Amino acid sequence: MIPAPFEYIAAESPGHALELLADYGDEAKLLAGGHSLLPMMKLRLATPAVLIDIGRLEQLAGVQADDGELVIGATTRHADLAAAELVRAEAPLLAYAAAQVGDPQIRHRGTIGGSLSHADPAADLPMALVALGGSVEIQGPGGSRVVAADDFFQGFFETALGPDELLSAVRVPRRPGVPWGYQKFVRRSNDWAIVGVAVVDGRIALANMGATPLRATAAERALAEGASPAAAAEHAADGTSPGEDMHADREYRRHLARVLTRRALEHQTG
Amino acid sequence: MPARRELARGDYLSILGTRVLRTEDPKFLTTGGVYTDDVVDDRLAGACHVFFVRSPLAHATVSGIDVSAALEAPGVIAAFTGADLADLPAIPPSAAGLINTEMTQRLLATDKVRYVGEPVAVVVTELAYQGEDALELVAVDYDPLPAALGFDPGDSSLLFEAAGTNVAGYWGDPASLRPDLFEGCETVVSHTIVNQRVAPAPMETRAAAAVWGADGRLTTWIPNQGAQGTRDDLVKLLSLEPGQVRVITPDVGGAFGAKFGADPEHAVVAWVARRVGRPARWSETRYENLIGMTHGRAQQHTVTIGGSRDGNIQAYRLEIVQDAGAYPKIGAVLPMLTILMTTGPYDIPSAEAIAKVVVTNTTPIGAYRGAGRPEATAAIERAIDLFAAEIGVDPADVRRKNLLPKFTEPHRTKFGALYDTGDYVAALDAALEAAGYAELRAEQAARRASGDVRQLGIGVSSYVEITGMGDGEGTPPSENATVEVFADGTATILTGTSPHGQGHATAWAMLASEELGIPVEKITLQWGDTDLIPEGGGTGGSRSLQQGGAAVQQASRELIEIARERAAAELEANPADLVYDTSRSAFAVAGDPEASVPLTKLAEGERLLVRTVFSQPGATFPFGTHVAVAEVDIETGKPTLTRMITVDDAGTILNPLLAEGQRHGGIGQGAAQAFLEEVVYDDDGNPLTTSFADYPIISATEVPSYELAEMQTPTSYNPLGAKGIGEAGSIGSTPAVQNAIVDAVAHLGVRHIDMPATSRRVWEALRAARQGSEHR
Ligand SMILES: Cc1cc2nc3c(=O)[nH]c(=O)nc-3n(C[C@H](O)[C@H](O)[C@H](O)COP(=O)(O)OP(=O)(O)OC[C@H]3O[C@@H](n4cnc5c(N)ncnc54)[C@H](O)[C@@H]3O)c2cc1C
Repeated sequence: MIPAPFEYIAAESPGHALELLADYGDEAKLLAGGHSLLPMMKLRLATPAVLIDIGRLEQLAGVQADDGELVIGATTRHADLAAAELVRAEAPLLAYAAAQVGDPQIRHRGTIGGSLSHADPAADLPMALVALGGSVEIQGPGGSRVVAADDFFQGFFETALGPDELLSAVRVPRRPGVPWGYQKFVRRSNDWAIVGVAVVDGRIALANMGATPLRATAAERALAEGASPAAAAEHAADGTSPGEDMHADREYRRHLARVLTRRALEHQTG
Repeated sequence: MPARRELARGDYLSILGTRVLRTEDPKFLTTGGVYTDDVVDDRLAGACHVFFVRSPLAHATVSGIDVSAALEAPGVIAAFTGADLADLPAIPPSAAGLINTEMTQRLLATDKVRYVGEPVAVVVTELAYQGEDALELVAVDYDPLPAALGFDPGDSSLLFEAAGTNVAGYWGDPASLRPDLFEGCETVVSHTIVNQRVAPAPMETRAAAAVWGADGRLTTWIPNQGAQGTRDDLVKLLSLEPGQVRVITPDVGGAFGAKFGADPEHAVVAWVARRVGRPARWSETRYENLIGMTHGRAQQHTVTIGGSRDGNIQAYRLEIVQDAGAYPKIGAVLPMLTILMTTGPYDIPSAEAIAKVVVTNTTPIGAYRGAGRPEATAAIERAIDLFAAEIGVDPADVRRKNLLPKFTEPHRTKFGALYDTGDYVAALDAALEAAGYAELRAEQAARRASGDVRQLGIGVSSYVEITGMGDGEGTPPSENATVEVFADGTATILTGTSPHGQGHATAWAMLASEELGIPVEKITLQWGDTDLIPEGGGTGGSRSLQQGGAAVQQASRELIEIARERAAAELEANPADLVYDTSRSAFAVAGDPEASVPLTKLAEGERLLVRTVFSQPGATFPFGTHVAVAEVDIETGKPTLTRMITVDDAGTILNPLLAEGQRHGGIGQGAAQAFLEEVVYDDDGNPLTTSFADYPIISATEVPSYELAEMQTPTSYNPLGAKGIGEAGSIGSTPAVQNAIVDAVAHLGVRHIDMPATSRRVWEALRAARQGSEHR
């Protein structure tokens, strides 16, 4: 429960963080809220030689409106995201998802950038971003680029981020009043989802149904073709191959995905 | 209004039975407790830190351990292996004689490891943070062996070759089971049920700090449940003289039975301190705690129950298999208590029980809240529901029909338990009434009829349990207390019990205050230092109030008698003419209140102090009924506990606030076993529940507000009328919650769901029922 030795450097700006990343290469890891990275270091599943702390960079925090999108800084804490008026009004699913993460202590430390970069397929915010059809802004040595959520999550704890890159902001469409639904199936209130479903205006995203957050494309298609929520939900697990653990085997997860998708579709608010 | 002192004793309000706030809490809520790892003491200055290398394999021979690389690591002072401790005796199994005596343990494993987490070596460092890096440098050569696991581990992979078997022993003779036990029963139901392995998971993990004095004495701080028992264990583990060890108990952050006595690690830390000639400290991580501290329960029950179709139970058989883990510790003995409580509160004409104890490549089993009794309750309460379901009679009615009628004289059961007092039917009816049982059944029927997604289940569990047991060898259960009054108006109590959350400081002060008239806040309680209090039974088995508390009352009364003699001399009166007036803590001559002397004055010369021992004739048997209401989402299988109504009769209640606290904690812990918690191993004996992300300890969000109904049937075994309340909550709630979950889906064809009845298990049971095959 004590991590291996490491150096700690507090970055002074996003640019400084990028320089440090370039200097230290694979040896370094960015530190945001530390609520995924530090547990892994304590269990010695991660042993970075250098931590570059971006968690205190004010430039990377906060929510702004930019034309049709909300731009959310990478180091915005889950609790701030959940409480932000702009988010609650214009991307309520995201605020709600942030409020479902762990418990208050975790929500006051963990950041949206950290959660997305960590890319746990069972997590709330990656699923929410996929459902919302959002994107992420990435800064690297060669400048910045924007990657759509659907392309960002590439594998089990794997993203489009290069080792020398930094996720600087998250973009989601501004859509006040659009109906949305959210279902998180847990053992205890502060656990990760055994299966999660987020629905926004015909887009359906699933958590913990594969190596990445997934789109339930067959169900989306059925819905688009006029199927009832119940009929569409029958297809929610089509094409998925979820993992197995103590809480659920493949069949149970697939069953849960169908039930929860139906409930998310039937109980939409907005 | 007459002055209070003019009222006869008993006319004014007694503090006993009132909700005195816990005097412990201001400290815990402000500056916080001082746990073993927090202890700052001159004697511990310059302490080194001990870290355990633990086996990563469930079963393997050890062909070599190389600590040389670790010795080179920064801050490492020393490293030791089992070879260094070779002159210390092997630890014999508990209940040697009945348990195979070849099944011994070394403080550090030498030739073989038998569970993941078993200590094999130690690394000693200057600073606390250096240990985990150094641990990784210890090279142990393991040759893996197949893991023996489960309730039928077989003998193909022997944990102890010399034993020739993985069966550690039997409680009762399997050959004694009567083939005709169920003859004449119209209905016989049998089922095999798992009472799963759980982790005690105290918030404070295990720890120790140890230092040897120039006089060759060991002083060690250990979180424990009884300093004296811990001292005695250390004396044995380290082959010391009884006077050589002093154990001091700091604040203890939860124990639940698993901190009784001393573990091998505690002895090793003391050994290291002597060997390196410096004080030594150890504090385990959560990971270590979840694999290294003893686990609880781990029994398999095959229950067979028979009776008439109208609900009279005529025969019951309980066949137990106890998984003792890798070393037969107290867990190997607990089936004895399970057997003792086989029939619980019921009057069953024919009953028998036996147990087989096996060793497996898993963490050893120890005591865990209730220790042997909850297992008995769980078995019979499931059996009764299975029987009730089979004959189609309401499970509450089956219980009422078969409960022992009220008794006020001790009742001896077929298994030899002597129940002191009991009124089981009244407890059942009180709980059903508080729950609104008839309305609940009506609501259940309505939901069943409408096909509601959220089906309602009602689970009932009636229990009787044993508290304040003696040593099982005929010595009556007893405890000592010392009460001393000082001239400044304060008093001190020394107790042989060992509070770690129960509130003895408040309760013991209430008892002394009642007798002495000294306000509660002027009375200090001391415990857990074997030099100050050489004898004591500690806190466990819900014994403390009925014995330790009764001893305080007795000591206080004896103190008044000593003081009376002194007062008589002071007032030149006949002792028999003196009245002790607690409202002003003074003796006065009867009929002449002006001729008086305060207690404090009598403490000015010779110390005013009494040490006494209170003994009670035997164990007491608290009882009650729990009613659990659960909703089960039949689409997902998710159970939600929506109500928990309990009657827990623990005799006369000294402080309802404390009693309710014990009930709350117990109910939650018991409920956790029913639908959440389980220590899980994979097929190779690797533990899968090694953090609180995987081992789901229950939290406030998973339980409803408890509805506690009152019932007090005093015992005559002690003047307080008190029985134990520490474990009852966990004994009653587990089967009530399990029964409720099964009941919610019973109409869909489900007969039984093993614990923990998780969403997944409920869903699987529903699916199996739908597919027509019976789910076990
Ligand atoms: C007990 C517990 C319960 C939890 N429950 C939930 C839950 O229910 N649902 C849920 O979704 N999550 C849960 N979490 C995870 C939580 O949301 C984390 O906060 C989050 O996953 C990581 O965010 P962080 O800011 O703490 O990232 P960190 O731990 O600091 O970093 C995580 C990873 O992302 C990288 N990283 C961080 N920021 C950036 C960036 N801007 N650009 C590039 N890389 C970056 C780091 O290098 C690291 O590899 C839980 C965590 C804990 C400890």
